[in-house]
Amino acid sequence: MIDKKHIGKVFPLHTVEVEKSALRLFAKVIGETDPVYTDESAAHAAGHRSLLAPPTFLFGLEMSRPNAFAWLYEIGANPARILHGEQSFAYRATVCAGDVITFETHLADIYDKKNGALEFILRKSRATNQDGQHVADLATLVAHRNT
Amino acid sequence: MTPLAMSSLDYSRIDVGEALPDLVLPPVDRTVLALFAGASGDHHPIHIDVDYARRAGMPDVFAHGMLVMAWLGRLITQWTPQRHLRELNARFLGITHLGHIITCSGKVTEKLEQGSEKLLRIEIRSTNQYGETKILGDALVAL
Repeated sequence: MIDKKHIGKVFPLHTVEVEKSALRLFAKVIGETDPVYTDESAAHAAGHRSLLAPPTFLFGLEMSRPNAFAWLYEIGANPARILHGEQSFAYRATVCAGDVITFETHLADIYDKKNGALEFILRKSRATNQDGQHVADLATLVAHRNT
Repeated sequence: MTPLAMSSLDYSRIDVGEALPDLVLPPVDRTVLALFAGASGDHHPIHIDVDYARRAGMPDVFAHGMLVMAWLGRLITQWTPQRHLRELNARFLGITHLGHIITCSGKVTEKLEQGSEKLLRIEIRSTNQYGETKILGDALVAL
């Protein structure tokens, strides 16, 4: 069982730049063809500072830490036993290429179901940009299989 | 219901129950999983390394939930510009396996006003070719 003392655990701050090449690759792989995601002139024409980051791009950006799975070992979870249960994004401002995003992440909850056969870990992140503007909130519910 | 037109949306003319145009994706294969791992930053080996997946008790690698959620994001942004999107929420109900052909669909379930904004809540869903729902969620869009 994962010790509930880890509720409130704060992750190291993670600051990362949104790169044009990363946005273009992400758009290509998910099949996104709207040029606001890949072509700067189209992004400017649509009123954006640069290429627009798609709605779910922040999830992987948050994971682009030096060791994205270290926190699981730290709380006694096994990355081979996790499944993504739920994911939420709340948006407050657009994120574009060239932005530098800082993620403040913590473990908001740990609870179990089915007499401990399944445990759930709720991780929340607040994302701000280089101007200190709050751009989004992310919530990730991870399910951990114990059987 | 007839899918709504892709041109600018008029809040007053959208009714609860109206459907967004579906988004149908190519079959999930190993290539897209490998590319998505690299492109998204989610390098969990269970999606790209069959040996790891089998040791973890899975029959094979399987799709990142976030790949399918990215497609659900496209469902919304092909319908209305992303700057209108306020929330995107997903519950992963089942694993999307290799060979699954996913259709993303959405329908308006609520019209609401918060502060000065007129909002639509849209139920979003991904379904495979066997009719199994893999993701159920909602989006909140301001018009």
